[in-house]
Amino acid sequence: MKLTGSKILLECLLQEGVDTIFGYPGGTVINIYDDLMDSPVKHILTRHEQAAVHAADGYARATGKVGVAIATSGPGATNTITGIATAYMDSIPMVVITGQVPTPLIGNDAFQEADVIGLTRPITKHNYLVRDIKDLAVTMKKAFYIARTGRPGPVVVDLPKDVQIATAKFEYPETVELRGYKPTYSGNMRMVEKAAKMILSAKKPVLYVGGGASLTDAHGELLELAEMIQAPVTTTLMGMASFPTQHDLSLGMLGMHGTYYANMAVTNSDLLIALGARFDDRVTGKIATFAPHAKIIHVDIDPTSIKKNVRVDLPIVGDLRNVLKKLNNKIAEHKDEIESMHSALKPWHDEISGWRKDQPMTYKSSKVEIKPQFVIEKLRELSNDDAIVTTEVGQHQMWAAQFFNFTQPRTFLSSGGLGTMGYGLPAALGAQAAFPKRQVIDISGDGSFQMNSQELATLVQYRLPVKIVILNNNFLGMVRQWQQLFFDKRYSQTCMELPIDFVKLAEAYGATGLRATKPDEVEDVVRQAFETPGPVIMEFKISREENVMPMVPAGAGINEMLLRTA
Amino acid sequence: MRHTISVLVENEFGVLSRVSGLFSGRGFNIESLSVAPTLDPTISRMTIVTSGDDRILEQINKQLNKLIDTIKIIDFTGEDFIEREMALIKVTADENSRAEILRIADIFRGKIVDVTPKCYTVEVTGSPVKVNAIIDLLRPMGIKELVRSGPVVLGRGPKGWKSG
Ligand SMILES: Cc1ncc(C[n+]2csc(CCOP(=O)(O)OP(=O)(O)O)c2C)c(N)n1
Repeated sequence: MKLTGSKILLECLLQEGVDTIFGYPGGTVINIYDDLMDSPVKHILTRHEQAAVHAADGYARATGKVGVAIATSGPGATNTITGIATAYMDSIPMVVITGQVPTPLIGNDAFQEADVIGLTRPITKHNYLVRDIKDLAVTMKKAFYIARTGRPGPVVVDLPKDVQIATAKFEYPETVELRGYKPTYSGNMRMVEKAAKMILSAKKPVLYVGGGASLTDAHGELLELAEMIQAPVTTTLMGMASFPTQHDLSLGMLGMHGTYYANMAVTNSDLLIALGARFDDRVTGKIATFAPHAKIIHVDIDPTSIKKNVRVDLPIVGDLRNVLKKLNNKIAEHKDEIESMHSALKPWHDEISGWRKDQPMTYKSSKVEIKPQFVIEKLRELSNDDAIVTTEVGQHQMWAAQFFNFTQPRTFLSSGGLGTMGYGLPAALGAQAAFPKRQVIDISGDGSFQMNSQELATLVQYRLPVKIVILNNNFLGMVRQWQQLFFDKRYSQTCMELPIDFVKLAEAYGATGLRATKPDEVEDVVRQAFETPGPVIMEFKISREENVMPMVPAGAGINEMLLRTA
Repeated sequence: MRHTISVLVENEFGVLSRVSGLFSGRGFNIESLSVAPTLDPTISRMTIVTSGDDRILEQINKQLNKLIDTIKIIDFTGEDFIEREMALIKVTADENSRAEILRIADIFRGKIVDVTPKCYTVEVTGSPVKVNAIIDLLRPMGIKELVRSGPVVLGRGPKGWKSG
């Protein structure tokens, strides 16, 4: 039996086990939307295509499955760009389907035509224009395969309208063969053995963990390694939640707004073990003074990440979880050496405790003003262990990373690489769609929230009970902080002059709005929000000029932290 | 330093822009790029001349490899290889210079492939250095137009890449 292209597309989604997609209709995808009415695939109509892609991204980060979004040609497709770039920078598996004008019109500046392949080439792992119905099923198979394997990433499939209407026999290939694409998973055993040796003789090791840990679900292996060798663990923003924040060995986050003790430990370490991390400039600060005494072991599935920014003494290309399994087994063979390592590490742990005591991650509390850090602490206290936290971008994002506790993997979803304001709300939407019963909290600033606030409608329509926290300082806080510290307090265009009544905004959409203006109201608002069914906005009027500290000024080494605002 | 790389890629829609976009997006230099299908029509071979230090060259190789459409990369850095480039040079030929142009073309084993009363077109093949040399010699006669193919290269010896 022959099927139309649009039906074949939906069949491919079923074959890939896709249950939910996020999207927005239009002229060049109208056939797909028509067939969607008869398909078991659930579609969530966001209010903006950017949000559809972020929602698919949040869905993917929370579940580990490939997220799927769909948009029409032209403006629909261009609206997806920020979402795709966000997913690309953080290596999130995703397939984005865009409608395209009919093939005979491509290149004619047709109505709602945009060169989607050209536009998305630098922000996708790969992209396809399907020009013949015969190629559709195999292209979808390839798209999902590429999105989820190796270093994951978004793949765009651009589907002209005439291909959606054409018919062909549907056959979904069982496997794909791409002669140019063969990711290395296993990790070279000789390298692993060398790594084990280096680790066992280290005196000041640090495990530096990035997004690769959650992408490969390696939290178990990571915990095993850290405990076996008793090495301190620091994570990047993307590595957050892959290692329990409250663990004795946890140093918290490193880098620009990391903990003092994490940055000091890295600076003084003799062996830095980088696991699925890519030495981003927000992490390393000035490269010349980054981990100057350390030998560096770098495990990553993407060879381009290795030696891109820093010298590496021992590279291991492979899937992090696979490599850690091998490494753990290898190290475990050396019982005696592990024991002697434990005692040899004693001075190192003492040194770290010293830094920890010296400069703990803390803030000045207040009885008059609501401190944003205090709100995060209350959220942490009153939320469930398996709550999923998303963030927008700015000060609130850093406070969430600094003061929330994460115990379970895939519970912290934040735009690390691109730093996209407006990510958190739709990402929370996607995560909540994947886990309707879990607590999902978007920690936001008043600026970021307004970048995708229209998604309140989607939350209410689909009964997605996301709890939105707005740390309202009436500022684009993070930029204001830089202006305060580095531009003589010249607050150019960072004051949000018009105060918004976020409680009324929530109500306008049929959601619940709550507000706290004094510290003693915070707990009540949080409790009430968690008890209220459906989406809730909690607005906290916070101390307006609070800064995120400590901080590595741009261009400085991570050991040269600004500890408090002068 | 100057490096020559051959890249075997899927002969697919848009593959050239993937490669050139990679170079421009990451700030790598392209001195020249030539591309054509191989014996196997599903594979194209690109020859790219680029420059940069070892670290950049390593990144270029890795980034090219990362493209889904890249099948194989042959980096000729430090290898023994044959490098050839072709040029067509349209040069003013009057009574005084005709003989000289012929003589120069002859020395470089070039050919006159088009003749008009006022101009000769010279075809020459050789290493880029040789092509530079003939251009320098012809320049005083008045070069009206010139096109160079950019070099193509092949490793020396019996070893070959099977489909290429
Ligand atoms: C889409 C986008 N535009 C601009 C920026 C630059 N930027 C980074 S943080 C920030 C301020 C964010 O303000 P808000 O959401 O209110 O959070 P706060 O810092 O006050 O917590 C801005 C404008 C960005 N990251 N993303």
